[in-house]
Amino acid sequence: MARILAVDDSAAMRQMVGITLTGAGHQVSQANDGCEALEIAEKQKFDLVITDVNMPNMDGITLVRELRSRASYKYVPLLVLTTEATAERKQQGKAAGATGWLVKPFNPERLLATVAKVLG
Amino acid sequence: MTIDLTQFHDAFFEESFEALDSMEAALLKLDIGAPDSELINTIFRVAHSIKGGSATFGFADIASFTHSLETLLDELRSGGMQVTLSISDLLLKSVDVMRAMLRSVQAKQPLDAQRVSDLQFDLELIIAQKNAAAATTHTVMPAAIAHLAASSAPASCAAAAASPPAELASASSAAATGAAAAKSAQRRWEISFRPYRELFARGNDPLRMMRELTELGELDVNVDLSGLPSFAELDPQACYLAWTVGLTGDVSEESIRQVFEWAEGDCDLVVRLLDAPVAVPATVRASEPEPTSAANPVVADAILSASAPPQETKADLAVPAHAAAPALSVVKQDSKADAPLSALGDSGSIRVSVEKIDELMNTVGELVITQAMLSQLGAAMEGPNAEKLRAGLAQLERNTRELQESVMRVRMLPISFVFSRFPRMVRDLAQRLNKQIDLKLTGEQTELDKTVLEKIGDPLVHLVRNSIDHGIESPEVRVAAGKSPAGTVHLDACHRGGNIAVEVSDDGGGLDKDRILAKARARGLVGPTDVLTDDQIHDLIFVPGFSTADKTTDLSGRGVGMDVVRRNVKELGGKIELRSERGRGSRFIITLPLTLAIVDGQSVAVGTETYIIPLISIVESMRLKEASISRLSGRNEVFSFRGDYLPIIRLHELFGVEPRARALHEGLVVIAEGDGRRVGLFVDDLLGQQQVVIKSLEANYGHVEGVSGATILGDGSVALILDVTGIIHAASLRAAA
Repeated sequence: MARILAVDDSAAMRQMVGITLTGAGHQVSQANDGCEALEIAEKQKFDLVITDVNMPNMDGITLVRELRSRASYKYVPLLVLTTEATAERKQQGKAAGATGWLVKPFNPERLLATVAKVLG
Repeated sequence: MTIDLTQFHDAFFEESFEALDSMEAALLKLDIGAPDSELINTIFRVAHSIKGGSATFGFADIASFTHSLETLLDELRSGGMQVTLSISDLLLKSVDVMRAMLRSVQAKQPLDAQRVSDLQFDLELIIAQKNAAAATTHTVMPAAIAHLAASSAPASCAAAAASPPAELASASSAAATGAAAAKSAQRRWEISFRPYRELFARGNDPLRMMRELTELGELDVNVDLSGLPSFAELDPQACYLAWTVGLTGDVSEESIRQVFEWAEGDCDLVVRLLDAPVAVPATVRASEPEPTSAANPVVADAILSASAPPQETKADLAVPAHAAAPALSVVKQDSKADAPLSALGDSGSIRVSVEKIDELMNTVGELVITQAMLSQLGAAMEGPNAEKLRAGLAQLERNTRELQESVMRVRMLPISFVFSRFPRMVRDLAQRLNKQIDLKLTGEQTELDKTVLEKIGDPLVHLVRNSIDHGIESPEVRVAAGKSPAGTVHLDACHRGGNIAVEVSDDGGGLDKDRILAKARARGLVGPTDVLTDDQIHDLIFVPGFSTADKTTDLSGRGVGMDVVRRNVKELGGKIELRSERGRGSRFIITLPLTLAIVDGQSVAVGTETYIIPLISIVESMRLKEASISRLSGRNEVFSFRGDYLPIIRLHELFGVEPRARALHEGLVVIAEGDGRRVGLFVDDLLGQQQVVIKSLEANYGHVEGVSGATILGDGSVALILDVTGIIHAASLRAAA
């Protein structure tokens, strides 16, 4: 069981990620955007953060950069959910400090496999 | 574990509809000349979210359409294209089409696919035209033209073009593996993996990759410890090790590289086929950067675009990181720009079904009744602790009332939910009618009950349409009359007493009283010699089938409408008034109760029964003098009230109750108004005014003419709430019979 923070401005996506991962025995917290995620992540420690890119207030790339700059998240896997699997987008994520990415659309099975891979 | 994706559909539909509303609102605010970049960002984000969601939840058509839309929006966002009126129209139409698509999948009904594909074609055309123009004005390199053409191609092509490196990578490995697969399934690979020290600092872990490799085939792992420093210098969070892995199995190069996909840029990776399959020179176009040269880093794979030189060396590795830096600062600006828009999105709210709230309302209603019962008991209590008990009961009463009000507030929504549809409607109508109209919205935050809110939308739409169609004059006429060419339609909502007042006013031509009167006379609605007050003339437009429009348009003027508007408002327990001045404009004022769940009522006694008359229907109450009563033919009784003769309806007769007062001067009459008519309701006595919780009679029993519901009184008895309009109808039917 891992503690996972799922960040997406879409409630439907959050639900899908949340229910899928909870069903797999993880403990999932949710945040609406980067700002909220940062707030939650500062109060609580997570083993994995999965974030959407395109969000109001603070986008996922900025969130990754912010988290990575904090000592407590320096080595925590940070996954980015992205619709554009372009090299540019991936590079942007990497440069911010993302561990890896999951390309949308994905199904729950892919999500679980990826999370299992990250958590080992 | 399998997960049923349909369980997320409701949430997806709901948020998509909301997102489309905010997209529409943003589009309407968009200034054609100088569009606000924040607004364009909002619009882009909505399209992007819907695209992602619809693709995830299996709505491919919506995803494809939104992709085209997103491409156009991206051009607008990056400043590659300007927002013109026709583009803004196209975007608004796209909102409509996306709504229609969502509705059709939600209702599982077929969709007008032609409409979708037509619009999608328009969207793609506009981008293609822009790109074609760019290609001809600048004399660009042929390769760049090809690139532009590719990115302007319709949805599917554009998607493919969006990820050229991935395509290249898979194409090359596919070519290599394709040749190999024909030969033999088992192959031996040598993988040299040299992570940089900071690998861990991205949350990556070599162990994970090794574990994944074991799933691909037989491993033969050699660790290179040469990078390991002395213990004193060792940083436990840096990666010093390197590996050379022999892998035997039916594995493609692509799947090996996928294992290390996330470590791109954080390592040197070489993947080499040891026992190469029989080479077929013609097909091996994939072998241009021959993987045998160990110096060639794999990172290039991801960064390698068609234009990049094939001879990437380790020195170039710094380039992508630097190149990314300016892009990142742009992102930062974006996120800053997003901040003020937060009001559009999250407001720290949760969704609760209406049923749950109704349940809560009901329980609170019961609590109010129990509390009233206890208060009555407490008032009669005597003894040493009676005062303490009463103090406690008074506290309970306050708490109960606060609780009731809080629960009531949960059902309240700002009227902006209804007002928000008007900017679009007014814009479209004004365009169609060639009129200039400014829409002014005020009091949007005024809250009212959800049920009332849902039902007030249509009447308001009708009134606004009327104002635009009949009220506001054409610009020429307005200028000739010394007005500004643009007319104003003003929607306002505010609290007035215990009610909500919603006003629709315009500065148009106002009602033509002479024409209304002439028409009413022609129709025989008004006698040729009758003299009518202004109010009475205005009232005529609410008569069913009455219209003075010179020409009927498809909007209004067919005589259906104003009567329906009034009926709808009445059904909500409200009333509508009209004030108008020729040449200056009209003003419709709708007064509505705050909620349908409780009513301010006057309790009246008839025999042993108690009835509640809604205060909004009551004009006044009085004791009749014998002199003011007249008896017409048969049993019809009337009395004079401010110069009018009003019929008397005896409630005890209506409900078959044995009264205490039979003679009219022994009881009281409550003068009540319904459907524009006044009557005197004869009752034994007035008991008091109170707010009562309405219980539906129809849900629990059945419809009773003249009764709108029931409530439970403090002593536990049931009182019927009277529907004055229904009573007047029933009485006039009986009188006619």
